[in-house]
Amino acid sequence: MNLGVNIAGVQFENPVMEASGTFGSGVEFSEFVDLNKLGAVVTKGVANVPWPGNPTPRIAETYGGMLNAIGLQNPGVEVFCKRDIPFLKKFNTKIIVNVCGKTVEDYLEVVERLSDEPIDMMEINISCPNVKEGGIAFGQDPKCVEAITKAVKAKAKQPVIMKLSPNVADITVMAKAAEAGGTDALSLINTITGMKIDIHKQTFAIANKTGGMSGPAVKPVAVRMVYQVANAVSVPIIGMGGIMNGDDAMEFILAGATAVSVGTANFMNPTATMDVLSGIENYMRMHNVEDINQLIGIVK
Amino acid sequence: MKYKEIVTVISQEQIATGIYSMWIQTKDIAKDAVPGQFISIYCKEGSRILPRPISICEVDKEADTLRIVYRVVGKGTDEFSKFSVGETTQVVGPLGNGYTLENRTALLIAGGVGIPPMLETAKALNFMGVKVFTVCGYRNNELFLKEDLEKYSTVIIATDDGSVGTKGTVIDAIKESGVEADVIYSCGPTPMLRAVKQYAIENDIICQISLEEKMACGIGACLACVCKSKEVDDHSQVHTKRICADGPVFYAQEVEL
Ligand SMILES: Cc1cc2nc3c(=O)[nH]c(=O)nc-3n(C[C@H](O)[C@H](O)[C@H](O)COP(=O)(O)OP(=O)(O)OC[C@H]3O[C@@H](n4cnc5c(N)ncnc54)[C@H](O)[C@@H]3O)c2cc1C
Ligand SMILES: Cc1cc2nc3c(=O)[nH]c(=O)nc-3n(C[C@H](O)[C@H](O)[C@H](O)COP(=O)(O)O)c2cc1C
Ligand code: FES
Repeated sequence: MNLGVNIAGVQFENPVMEASGTFGSGVEFSEFVDLNKLGAVVTKGVANVPWPGNPTPRIAETYGGMLNAIGLQNPGVEVFCKRDIPFLKKFNTKIIVNVCGKTVEDYLEVVERLSDEPIDMMEINISCPNVKEGGIAFGQDPKCVEAITKAVKAKAKQPVIMKLSPNVADITVMAKAAEAGGTDALSLINTITGMKIDIHKQTFAIANKTGGMSGPAVKPVAVRMVYQVANAVSVPIIGMGGIMNGDDAMEFILAGATAVSVGTANFMNPTATMDVLSGIENYMRMHNVEDINQLIGIVK
Repeated sequence: MKYKEIVTVISQEQIATGIYSMWIQTKDIAKDAVPGQFISIYCKEGSRILPRPISICEVDKEADTLRIVYRVVGKGTDEFSKFSVGETTQVVGPLGNGYTLENRTALLIAGGVGIPPMLETAKALNFMGVKVFTVCGYRNNELFLKEDLEKYSTVIIATDDGSVGTKGTVIDAIKESGVEADVIYSCGPTPMLRAVKQYAIENDIICQISLEEKMACGIGACLACVCKSKEVDDHSQVHTKRICADGPVFYAQEVEL
């Protein structure tokens, strides 16, 4: 059975990764999951300098999902390169570093710092607010998406994945903008902006008022967006949003994703990634499919 | 070492209004547990995706069983209270650091569902031969765990309604009883912990407090459960520490409440 997939020239042992921000840099989850068995480890977003993140409460459970406003707390790229990359290099898996920033310059600083590091790909989180453009997320304006993609591509030595925000009217517009900017791949979806009110305390459930929704409740939205994007652009897609098991992952693959990321499910079950992987294998056995690549995007 | 296990409920009992005591059979979690650590216990109802952090109240290492005592406050704890003997669910643990037990007179200060972790703490300190005082703050005369605590410590009571012991806070009870000790171990609501920290500073006593925050991963990966730290933390490189992984127990002066 072949589970290997290729994205922008990077060959992955299997199509299962975990989603940025839900797995740290893999250290903590390595007590539960053999990182060698993951197609890739996608790290928590890293910025040019340490970010303190948001006040607490930072999360709230919602029906079949959750909201988070961690605020991209991270130790900064310098410590990340010295501490987290050497840890991940001990494993036979691919390393995808997720990058965040408040300005294009911030992103580029990280991209340059990472360019000579032994990592396989960079994933650019453009759901961050663009402070120079009044705080609207980079990923919500197609001109911004194209410009930042171009700028990153000009500096990056590794292939680039642009991670799309679902908080837009037409996701294909953003996907095409990233493709026009020269991206090597796309990942989607990031979290959907939501809100929860604590009716007894008569206040917001999370301190930031709004948070990003994730988990099984968002899956139909994510599958729809992956399908639309797969039919609008030709770059490969990493699909995510509410994947809990192999069957969920298969929906994304059949809709057009070359690989899948498992996020919130890691909180419900620290070995969720392994369950997704074995679920995909079971599916292939059940349907007598030898090569996962034969299934990508076949539902039209 | 942390374990993900499917555990079996071996007893479930209501010990006060809305407060339940549950013993569970584990494979390895109980063996490795130390006082002040917690477990993540998961709902079986699939719409509730996050684990519930609950303190380890008591362990029986020989039998590899552990006890939790919890208050029903929402849908998850309500679900747990309906688990019957023989039922199974997923648990991850033991999690967090636990208290650093010192060979000096101990003052355990707890309020409400901060009381459960004090039982294993008192037991361990008593086993070390340390003199232990436990000050418990309750709402009313439903003094859950009092008798268990009396096996290992001298128990002093404060109640909100004055029905037993000192009417008022745990600090009022400490002052009224005149109890003195070298090390404080505390767990309870944040306003209580603030008062305990203040008391410890005024009296120059070493003070360890156990903090609470909403958790998603429970193992230090997602950065949901942070508290403010006085110094820049080595892991985060900013003024935050992860309650689930760096705590839940901190020296009072390390953190800002
Ligand atoms: C380290 C630690 C140890 C704890 N030990 C105990 C204990 O021994 N006994 C006990 O009764 N309670 C304890 N708690 C509190 C307990 O975790 C919550 O009461 C429980 O999660 C509530 O779940 P629910 O579904 O019933 O409530 P809901 O309000 O429906 O829960 C919704 C979400 O909020 C989270 N949540 C709600 N209240 C809290 C809280 N106070 N702290 C953290 N998360 C919360 C839940 O985990 C869930 O994700 C502890 C909390 C922490 C952080
Ligand atoms: C707690 C948490 C933190 C996250 N942090 C990041 C991040 O740092 N960078 C990023 O691009 N996405 C981040 N995400 C989004 C996820 O990577 C993923 O796109 C989203 O949660 C949907 O997948 P899921 O439903 O499987 O979780 C985060 C999500 C969660 C729940
Ligand atoms: S709950 Fe994830 S870091 Fe503490």
